[in-house]
Amino acid sequence: MSTQIRPTVVVLGVTSAIARATANAFADAGHPLVVAARDETELDRIASDIRIRYGVDVHTVSFDATIQTTTESLCERCIDVGGKIAGVVVGFGFMVDQSTGQSDPGVVRLTMDANLTESAVILERFAAHFEDQGAGFIVGIASVAGDRGRQSNYIYGASKAGFATYLQGLRNRLHKQGVRVLAVKPGFVDTKMTWGLPGLFLVATPDAVGQTILRAVQRGKDTIYVPWFWRYILLIIRAIPERIFKRLSL
Amino acid sequence: MIPHATQQLSGWGRTPVTECDVYRPESLQALEALVTSDEQPNIIARGLGRSYGDASVNDGGGVVLATRLNRMLSFDADAGVVTCEAGVGLDELVNAFLPKGWFLPVTPGTKFVTVGGAIANDVHGKNHHRDGVFSNFVAWLDLLLADGSVLHCSRDENADAFWATVGGAGLTGIILTAQIQLLQVESAYMKIDSRRCKDLDEVLAALSESDGRYRYSVSWVDVLASGAHLGRSFLANGDHASRDDLPGNTTNPFATRDKRKLAVPIEFPSWALNSLSIKIFNEAIYRTHPTRNNQIESYDSYFYPLDRIHNWNRVYGKRGFTQYQAVFPPDQTEGIREMLEKLSAASLGSYLSVLKRMGPQGEGMLSFPFEGYTLTLDLPFRKGAEPLFEELDRLVLNRGGRLYLAKDVTTKADVFQAMYPRLDEFRAVKAKLDPHNRFSSRQARRLGLCSNGKAAN
Ligand SMILES: Cc1cc2nc3c(=O)[nH]c(=O)nc-3n(C[C@H](O)[C@H](O)[C@H](O)COP(=O)(O)OP(=O)(O)OC[C@H]3O[C@@H](n4cnc5c(N)ncnc54)[C@H](O)[C@@H]3O)c2cc1C
Ligand SMILES: NC(=O)c1ccc[n+]([C@@H]2O[C@H](COP(=O)([O-])OP(=O)(O)OC[C@H]3O[C@@H](n4cnc5c(N)ncnc54)[C@H](OP(=O)(O)O)[C@@H]3O)[C@@H](O)[C@H]2O)c1
Repeated sequence: MSTQIRPTVVVLGVTSAIARATANAFADAGHPLVVAARDETELDRIASDIRIRYGVDVHTVSFDATIQTTTESLCERCIDVGGKIAGVVVGFGFMVDQSTGQSDPGVVRLTMDANLTESAVILERFAAHFEDQGAGFIVGIASVAGDRGRQSNYIYGASKAGFATYLQGLRNRLHKQGVRVLAVKPGFVDTKMTWGLPGLFLVATPDAVGQTILRAVQRGKDTIYVPWFWRYILLIIRAIPERIFKRLSL
Repeated sequence: MIPHATQQLSGWGRTPVTECDVYRPESLQALEALVTSDEQPNIIARGLGRSYGDASVNDGGGVVLATRLNRMLSFDADAGVVTCEAGVGLDELVNAFLPKGWFLPVTPGTKFVTVGGAIANDVHGKNHHRDGVFSNFVAWLDLLLADGSVLHCSRDENADAFWATVGGAGLTGIILTAQIQLLQVESAYMKIDSRRCKDLDEVLAALSESDGRYRYSVSWVDVLASGAHLGRSFLANGDHASRDDLPGNTTNPFATRDKRKLAVPIEFPSWALNSLSIKIFNEAIYRTHPTRNNQIESYDSYFYPLDRIHNWNRVYGKRGFTQYQAVFPPDQTEGIREMLEKLSAASLGSYLSVLKRMGPQGEGMLSFPFEGYTLTLDLPFRKGAEPLFEELDRLVLNRGGRLYLAKDVTTKADVFQAMYPRLDEFRAVKAKLDPHNRFSSRQARRLGLCSNGKAAN
């Protein structure tokens, strides 16, 4: 292992391609990591991969967003294994075909729980910890889908809009304490969440997104769209008057 | 239904293009679920799609991209032994381990191939004459079988499965993990001695004379040279540069300057590839490469000159191309002359042509290389190409030579059978490991690799 001068970063949901790429970017910049996921086999494999490629210490913690005891204790368990924590990236999330949610209440709950409720539960602990520490950063992955509700994806979109609003408030609360909060709004990214979906365009690689997130943290950004041009696409989409928008099939 | 993308897929030669349902599992569990499901009549693994033909395409079936299962699992820094998943690219191994003084023990002419692809085609490099094939450096591999079980294979354990999987074109199962012995080097640089050879006799003599003295050797042949110049070549022999070979002020012998990547932005129109442009290209290679000793060059520019140009396979236009590679026994070098004569007569045009001496044969049942000489040419598909390929196939067969599954896209089943005496042995192991042909590809069906004699479904 290399000499560790940089502080430890926590990445939650590291089996996501975006989260893994983000973990890689931080490790490449020399940060030791605590990585967490629900599938322990994959978690261990990803952890050894990062150790070998980047020569940083990597600790693992498991959690499942549907099991409250694991989310409530997650922050403490990360500190137990990682020591002093510089920041946390919430990379997990849940999305299935909208029509499934329309007929299955379980799917609606799962979407809200993973993307909003339990993300908030977890982050409240980290927020308190960073507040005490007087330093730290929080990264949440929201989505362009949260910027305007569309018939094809509004359950997921609502959870992401809620999460973005949550991050906004958290940023406002923690600003004076020197804690930064970054909201990431990706467009389409080439991951298992989108693989095979029809109608994708301008698809970004997870690696590009991971690099962008690292740079945004280093520069202390508040909200980023990745790739950047989605900011302008969403500007246009948000500008369409509701009375017209409601008639569109989007 | 398991999520998949329906794509128009081909090999690196961009022909044939067929519609395939492409899966890309990101966890072992997802992969196992796919293999044991009844999705698709059959499936085939795919790495970075650098085989030229139809080895990793499966019209009417499923294709399983292994590229997201690319985790490195352990590394012994003293012994240079790495254990990794099959989706790891050779480029990733180089990036991770060259700075620590370890290089690939065998590398093809591109680093954008996966460990799984390197094993499944048992690839060779410019050091075949002394180090042999990739599998020589594979201690063991774990193979996911059609029933979802995992078979640990090595020279001692399940040896028949090991030797059928090595060079077995993905047909025994999906390679999950492999352990590889890397090669210790002192720098990221190569020390090259190069010379021009005026004709085929001279280059053949030079190859066998110099092979014993260098780890790597390869020659570029000007395919358009004919008559007295037939086989005119440029020979580049090399070794890894030691620390002492580098300039005294070198601080980090493993640092190389990153060259910017170029891309071929559009498809070239076919007129771009006429015999004049190729003549100029080959002439330029020959002229600009004088005889010189002890040149220091980065590993990247020696091993992977084409990797700098991202989509270089587009230069051959919409109809695509193939890479025709044959190996001839040492006493059949006349076959090489005949091949070159045929090609300079048919003005099909090949930008790149490589001649190399090969060392002793490995133990993989369908492993391509055997002792002798191998000639490789890029050939564009255009009118008249198919009959020429058939003629070449016959020529190769008559000279006791054979073709390479990683490149082949037109050969007929009976020709292939005649070239690979251990094909039946392979089929028997395949039948034992995969009795219902869960694993099949376009290539496997075209060449009848699966069941006895018949093309399988
Ligand atoms: C520019 C260039 C230069 C080359 N130079 C050389 C050379 O010098 N020597 C040489 O030997 N070859 C050479 N090749 C060929 C290349 O090395 C082989 O085709 C290699 O197999 C490609 O690996 P891939 O990961 O792209 O696999 P693919 O092309 O996607 O697949 C190749 C085969 O491997 C199988 N496969 C892939 N992954 C797995 C897995 N996980 N489990 C089971 N089977 C799997 C596929 O089913 C298929 O049969 C070259 C190719 C190019 C484009
Ligand atoms: N891909 C896109 O186009 C896109 C666009 C905008 C936003 N995003 C967001 O980016 C983030 C990463 O997604 P991705 O694209 O990389 O897709 P992904 O690979 O499907 O990632 C989802 C991650 O969340 C985890 N997860 C799901 N439910 C969980 C639960 N109950 N408990 C714990 N972990 C759970 C998954 O774990 P398993 O691996 O075990 O399933 C996986 O690690 C998500 O928040 C997603 O909404 C993605």
